[in-house]
Amino acid sequence: MTVRDPEWRLEQAGPDAVLRLAGDWIAQDTGVRDTSVARRVLTGVAGGTRVRIDTSELGRWDSALVAFIEDLREQRTAAARSGHAFIIDEAELPRAARRLLALAAESEVPAAKVSEGGPPVSLLSRIGSSVISVSHGTVAASALVGDVALRSGAALTGRLRSRTGDVFLLMRDAGARALGIVAITNALVGGILAFVGAVQLRRFGTQIYVADLVGIATAREMAAVVTAVVMAGRTGGAYAAQIATMQGNEEIDALKVLGIPVRDYLVMPRVMALVAMMPLLYAYGCAVGLVGGMIVTVSTVDVSSSAYIQETQRAITYTHLLIGVTKSVVFGAVVALAGCYIGLRAGRSSADVGQAATSAVVVGIIAVIGLDWLFAVCADALGI
Amino acid sequence: MGPINPASDRLSVSGLTLAYGKRTVQRDLSFSVRHGSVFAIMGGSGCGKSTVLKSMIGLLRPTAGTILIDGEDYWAAAEERRAQISRRFGIVFQSSALWSSMTVAENVALPLQMFTPLSADAIAVLVRLKLSLVGLRAASGRMPADLSGGMRKRAGIARALALDPDILFFDEPSAGLDPVTAKRLDDLILELRDGLGVTIVIVSHDLPSLFATCDDGIFLDADSGTAIAHGAPRTLRDGCDNPTVRAFMGRERLQDGRSMET
Repeated sequence: MTVRDPEWRLEQAGPDAVLRLAGDWIAQDTGVRDTSVARRVLTGVAGGTRVRIDTSELGRWDSALVAFIEDLREQRTAAARSGHAFIIDEAELPRAARRLLALAAESEVPAAKVSEGGPPVSLLSRIGSSVISVSHGTVAASALVGDVALRSGAALTGRLRSRTGDVFLLMRDAGARALGIVAITNALVGGILAFVGAVQLRRFGTQIYVADLVGIATAREMAAVVTAVVMAGRTGGAYAAQIATMQGNEEIDALKVLGIPVRDYLVMPRVMALVAMMPLLYAYGCAVGLVGGMIVTVSTVDVSSSAYIQETQRAITYTHLLIGVTKSVVFGAVVALAGCYIGLRAGRSSADVGQAATSAVVVGIIAVIGLDWLFAVCADALGI
Repeated sequence: MGPINPASDRLSVSGLTLAYGKRTVQRDLSFSVRHGSVFAIMGGSGCGKSTVLKSMIGLLRPTAGTILIDGEDYWAAAEERRAQISRRFGIVFQSSALWSSMTVAENVALPLQMFTPLSADAIAVLVRLKLSLVGLRAASGRMPADLSGGMRKRAGIARALALDPDILFFDEPSAGLDPVTAKRLDDLILELRDGLGVTIVIVSHDLPSLFATCDDGIFLDADSGTAIAHGAPRTLRDGCDNPTVRAFMGRERLQDGRSMET
């Protein structure tokens, strides 16, 4: 089938005008007319004129024609606003096209309802609004931390409004199921520490002190930090996503309406699970990290495994372990709280769920590293 | 609109204004819901029906006005007291809002576990009863994700009935249901009203459902931001002069063949 290009010409016929449409108006074959075409066609049409659309030579048509007529209508509206209104007579348009145009006009949501932007906001008010929003966020986060601290007493005496089964499931998920990834990361970090130490200390013939380096760094810093970072990515993000999804499904509303406290039912079990599991994961990560360091040391420098173990035992003190355990408990609480807090403040769309998970991971990791720095400063001040 | 009589009305609202931030959704609403009636909050999409519901169930604090539940000012009450009052509500959310990590039976059991001193055996008996009421006894062990839309809605009703509520709120009960399932749900709503004597508040724009179930109501308008008509949906259809209400009610003819002209 041959395709004829669409044509349009405006002819003056006495006081009125005729807009002759010809050819095929098929979007895929002959394209869609630019808005400027409608503007050019109607330029110079005097106010009060009746523009009749003549379709006697019109071939095939689809949305391309409807879009063109829509543009003509918009031009007419613009002209009416500037004081010289004219009429477009669409009576000759194919019936289907008229129905489509009527539908398009009917489904239009009034502009007043769509845009609720209001006047532009000045930079100063934007800064003010963000400061207020940050301060509200800080208050809400502090309130959650305070609530959780207060409810810890209830948790210890079994007066918490949550299901024990949930806590055990969460503990399994945050504990046993995380063993693999915690082992891999800590073994690799232990190995890396040993490599760095071995290369440097070999030059002085003091390679046995690689065991001290790996032991102290792992027990005091790396096992707790690496495990917490892994848990922030794995579990903190999951908590945020779970709670944000519940938000979207109105599940949180259902809890609130029944008067089931969200912090008891959703937040406390998660905090308890991570706080209980993190020291265990720390101990496990620490052991795996030390083994990783030993394997690398024994295979790269002239130190036997028994000498390495003896030196490690000598190097690691209870203070180091206590610092590591304390950190792991604090990091566990922070990661769980960040996940829950961000999940509870999430919006209700699927995009919000993704954003909540990402924010929880980022906030969790930054909080862990920031707190680790604070621990280091405090330990230095206390001389431990 | 009938005169507000806090003493005999189950729920009465006066001068209620609701807003999200600076955007007012509805203002100056006044209506009352009689004991044992099925009350409709009607209106087109986006007019604020669900927002009004949210304020009645404690999810959105009004910017002005009062909501009296059996004569007691709901929002003026302390949080603890408000939670107690809310426990006399059963709410069926639009999306059913079943807790997705629990089975249907566990969903129904949770409010009983949380707020009653009943033993696990007693709770199991009650859960079976509530699920039987909505015809879901056989699905008690299934997860919400495995249920059809109609079944989820029924499970939501069973959970709402768990604590034997005085008032049942439905948010768009027939949303997403085929006409036959929606009709069954309408019948169930009426049976619950007659059988349990609960007062029911339905937020909906589904005309066949509204005509079939409701004996009183309020019509909200998005443009004026307030109520433009009061009365039973059928009465409004047959005798309301307001052009917006007439246009809305006139859509019934265009809807599916689910005629409720009984």
